[in-house]
Amino acid sequence: MRYESQRVAMPYFIFALILFAGQIVFGLVLGLQYVVGDFLFPEIPFNVARMVHTNLLIVWLLFGFMGATYYLVPEEAQTELYSPLLAWILFWVFAVAGTLTILGYLFVDYATLADVTMNKLLPTMGREFLEQPTITKIGIAIVAVGFLFNILMTALKGRKTVVNIVLITGLVGLAALWLFSFYNPSNLTLDKYFWWFVVHLWVEGVWELIMGAILAYVLIKITGVDREVIEKWLYVIIAMALISGIIGTGHHFFWIGPPEYWLWLGSVFSAIEPLPFFMMVLFAFNMINRRRRNHPNKAAMLWAMGTAVMAFLGAGVWGFLHTLAPVNYYTHGSQITAAHGHMAFYGAYVMIVLTIISYAMPIMRGRPYGNSNTAQVLEMWGFWLMTISMVFITLFLTGAGILQVWLQRIPESGQALSFMATQDHISLFYWMRFVAGCFFLSGLAVYFGSFFIKGQASPSEEVRGPATEDA
Amino acid sequence: MSTPSAETKTRHLPGDIAVWMFIFAELAVFGILFIGFTVARSLDPATFHAGREVLHPWIGLLNTAALITASYLVATAVHQLRHGQRRCHLRLWLAVAISSIYTIGKLWEYGNLYGLGYNLGTDTFFMFYFFLTFFHFMHVVLGQIILVVLAVKVGRGDYDGSDMNGMESGASYWHMVDLVWLVLFPMVYVLA
Repeated sequence: MRYESQRVAMPYFIFALILFAGQIVFGLVLGLQYVVGDFLFPEIPFNVARMVHTNLLIVWLLFGFMGATYYLVPEEAQTELYSPLLAWILFWVFAVAGTLTILGYLFVDYATLADVTMNKLLPTMGREFLEQPTITKIGIAIVAVGFLFNILMTALKGRKTVVNIVLITGLVGLAALWLFSFYNPSNLTLDKYFWWFVVHLWVEGVWELIMGAILAYVLIKITGVDREVIEKWLYVIIAMALISGIIGTGHHFFWIGPPEYWLWLGSVFSAIEPLPFFMMVLFAFNMINRRRRNHPNKAAMLWAMGTAVMAFLGAGVWGFLHTLAPVNYYTHGSQITAAHGHMAFYGAYVMIVLTIISYAMPIMRGRPYGNSNTAQVLEMWGFWLMTISMVFITLFLTGAGILQVWLQRIPESGQALSFMATQDHISLFYWMRFVAGCFFLSGLAVYFGSFFIKGQASPSEEVRGPATEDA
Repeated sequence: MSTPSAETKTRHLPGDIAVWMFIFAELAVFGILFIGFTVARSLDPATFHAGREVLHPWIGLLNTAALITASYLVATAVHQLRHGQRRCHLRLWLAVAISSIYTIGKLWEYGNLYGLGYNLGTDTFFMFYFFLTFFHFMHVVLGQIILVVLAVKVGRGDYDGSDMNGMESGASYWHMVDLVWLVLFPMVYVLA
């Protein structure tokens, strides 16, 4: 860590990890509710638990992205952060607003929450993933503006690097697209149409820029490969991500009412969406093979490779499985979608945040060469437990999804089972998914445990080639 | 047995490997669209035949000639720069000018068809026609911007032929755009 102000990333990372734990706990609650329908009813009904599970995910990833940005932008720009104070203020504003919103979901019924937060004045509530009260949405917008101001002022006064430019472009896009969460047309087709401008263009558009930039930064640091080489790859990856991802939004427009041509455009362009993720795999492994230093922080390198592979599998392969219109006609909104959602979010965005945490956290804690060997081994156990559990969660949900499509969607209308009758037939998969989820939680516990082991890696483990001053 | 001259004359990829990754990805997109077009046509030949009747093949042919001529100029400009001839930037400017025949011709076609009431939502043929050609049109415009950048760089002396990476990368991209049109034109205007 070269600049003292980078340390402001620490509270963001810690809070992100706390929310991550909350998300997993609610994931298990949901997993159980799938098979034991009245578990925790009426205290925490399924719809509330689901809202908490998904909203926690989004908020903790945003905390993670902000922490990553505060850490890497000053170092890339080679200057102190413009205002660490502003970063601290925004941290508390966002943390308090986020916590109050989650508590609101849990302890107040949703209609009352809408009333007390004066949703009537500007109705934006009630849409999946965008359930936040309007006032929280405004808060997020204000935090985003303050955050971008701080980051832009930092980046503009220092060295301009491709990593910073791509990261900031992604963040500006993230903030700009958030504005569509305030647009809530009464026509259901228009409503869904613009809803995807937030949901899809975030995760299959601008977030990929953020992911690419963070991955490139970590690879520069741990491999010592020339910045120019890494930047070139980054350009190609983000160009492909945008070319495929923007028109790829069409794969959500198949059955909601927009013109028929989206069947073609959505299918073709989303079929290309795995490419940027595949390039990220090539990118990460190529750079690591060509590394000019053996960074003692092996755990960070494992996360970097893991995120590339898992993002390709989860977002790329599992996305492609059901993205073509003739396939999606049968699979739309089935458990196959849930399988894809779990592995894609984990592989692409959870793991990239854990990658930068794995790299930056030891440095901020005064361990420039990484954690002690014991801590790293434990962290890697956490990595494998969580990642393998997620693979199984995905496989079980895929199995459930295939059976669901088979029983509920493919037969002629008279013979097809109803939604609820189908659920009974696939409950075995849900039980297995729940067990895999418990293993995921144990992996998370092991991962957290690694933070409490003292000591640091020795500089003698560092093997550096020539010309790696920048790394 | 290889001779020394054969060894020194190793085959090299013109331009940057990253640009080639990009070119292959672009060709994959167009390739899938072409396959989609062919499949859709085989499912509904009547619609595609009727749609084709409305197009302007002569303008398409003129556009083809413009793009091929521009490609010739770019290829010879690369050759000239390799021999250190800086005046090749004139050829690049000329390539931009001639390829503008394509952009103007295409815009006229869009205006004409739109005026007659055809658009992306008319039927499957016009969905493909408008989308495929407009997607390609955007690539031509990007290619022209790249050619302008190359011409300016050569004109200013930034490129003097000692390092051909930038010039070859830009030219490769331009030829890709041209190649796509050479498939697109007969497929949409003639064979549909």
